[in-house]
Amino acid sequence: MSAPALGQNCRAVLPGPLRLDGGVLLSPVEIAYETYGTLNAEGTNAILVCHALTGDQYVASNHPVTGKPGWWTRMIGPGKPIDPARDFVICSNVLGSCMGTSGPATVNPATGKPWGMSFPVITIRDMVRAQGMLLDHLGIGRLKAVVGGSMGGMQALSWAATFPDRVAAAVVIASTARHSAQNIAFHEVGRQAIMADPNWNGGDYYEGTPPAAGLAVARMAAHITYLSEAGLTEKFGRRLQAREAKSFGFDADFQVESYLRHQGLAFTDRFDANAYLYITRALDYFDLAEEHGGVLANAFRGAATRFCLVSFDTDWLYPTSESRAVVQALHAAGAAASFVELSSPFGHDAFLLDSPELNRVVAGFLGNGR
Amino acid sequence: MNLRPDLAIIAKNVAPGSRVLDVGCGDGALMAALRDTANVDARGLELNPGNVAAAVGRGLSVVQGDADTDLADYPDQSFDYAILSQTLQTTMRPHVVLDELLRIGRRAFVSFPNFAHWRVRVSLLWGGRMPVTRLLPLEWYETPNIHHVTIDDFRAFVRERGLTVEGAWFLSDGRPARPAAANLFAEHAVFLLRR
Repeated sequence: MSAPALGQNCRAVLPGPLRLDGGVLLSPVEIAYETYGTLNAEGTNAILVCHALTGDQYVASNHPVTGKPGWWTRMIGPGKPIDPARDFVICSNVLGSCMGTSGPATVNPATGKPWGMSFPVITIRDMVRAQGMLLDHLGIGRLKAVVGGSMGGMQALSWAATFPDRVAAAVVIASTARHSAQNIAFHEVGRQAIMADPNWNGGDYYEGTPPAAGLAVARMAAHITYLSEAGLTEKFGRRLQAREAKSFGFDADFQVESYLRHQGLAFTDRFDANAYLYITRALDYFDLAEEHGGVLANAFRGAATRFCLVSFDTDWLYPTSESRAVVQALHAAGAAASFVELSSPFGHDAFLLDSPELNRVVAGFLGNGR
Repeated sequence: MNLRPDLAIIAKNVAPGSRVLDVGCGDGALMAALRDTANVDARGLELNPGNVAAAVGRGLSVVQGDADTDLADYPDQSFDYAILSQTLQTTMRPHVVLDELLRIGRRAFVSFPNFAHWRVRVSLLWGGRMPVTRLLPLEWYETPNIHHVTIDDFRAFVRERGLTVEGAWFLSDGRPARPAAANLFAEHAVFLLRR
């Protein structure tokens, strides 16, 4: 067998099978990933970075579709808390997504056609197990750390619960151990928008026109949950978009409308509607306590993993109380936990934005401080 | 490393290799000293997010939280020591916090500024104003110290609750003060308690 690919735009086709939480055996499992830096001789410097719902493996390199810089270059790069000069960084596209890893848009080898809605429903733990297979393939036993924000944080928690011996430290930012009724409700709005688009066609649109309008509405609704009321007011207020007066029509009169329409539309250029359905489902199914007899502390009992949780005070998608619930469970389990609520006007998205405090906490926690 | 004198006393009297919860740990100076010199497994609770960030930045396990409300999250007898330094007088319900310390820790270190120190007495007696001293540097309206306590108050409190004093240290100008007249001459007290 040839050595696994390293660097940018890597792809592994693993024989599997991967036993999914839903009972289905998935085989083969394709995983698209990127690596940065070099694994040291002792194999002790590997950091797995997990991406959020609409993120991808291009964490610190330019996105092939949008051309934009990696989504977390504020956290990963030279002189950053996670530095490829010191750390071996791995980021893979999650199972069910659409940037090269097995998902509804990839071809089902049994039919030679895209899976569409015949792709099995997946969970956060399935994503984590797929990442575990990738690490096996790369020859990485134990991670120095698994790091993620939002859905990436859920994967970090799931990693520590599923493979406690493989994770020395977990960084969980702006995240939660379970999806709340409100979280599920917002996702359902998005899914229904997609499925109400006639182009969705039961998920079978890969040879026709994709349901861009539905996916754009889904993105618009979700995008509101990533921002804060104060942030929206500061950025847009009630200002009008390139006009002096209200049009008495249904154009995007307000700047905030124009902004959301743009966000929705731009999203459809780079994301698959079915993948959005599958990943939001995985998020909604996420309840780490449920997987452990209803007691969250049981997910972490006996683990040697160190945890660092960070929340933001204006994040109402995964508010501080969710992080506190995890911290409480970690205390009950006797695990080493750090937690801080940082202040930011930017809501849930704050974890992706410039935050010297966040960088200081993560760098210090990883022992990469000075 | 230069520890505050009351913290130095605590650091000297914590058994090496023990598990410690530092409540109101600030930027983690004591925790770092305990970790580095006594191989202590130290955890911290701190209200100020900037201090939490600084402590986590030193590689310490510190959780942002409030001694008045968040100690309930810690399991019974999960630490060898719970430490409350210069924080008792700032809590809403000091007696509840002390109960919590001895529920979580098998022993508790408690340090506090002595409100019966002669400078404080003089200030109140002759000045007729709430004292502003080196250890109590803020005016009455902005001081975080909402439950002033004297050494004799604390001794009485400990007695009433039936707690055992395993050690008591007194400081004046950062130097040891004699226990006999501590309530008059010590600026600062450190107690080691157990049930």
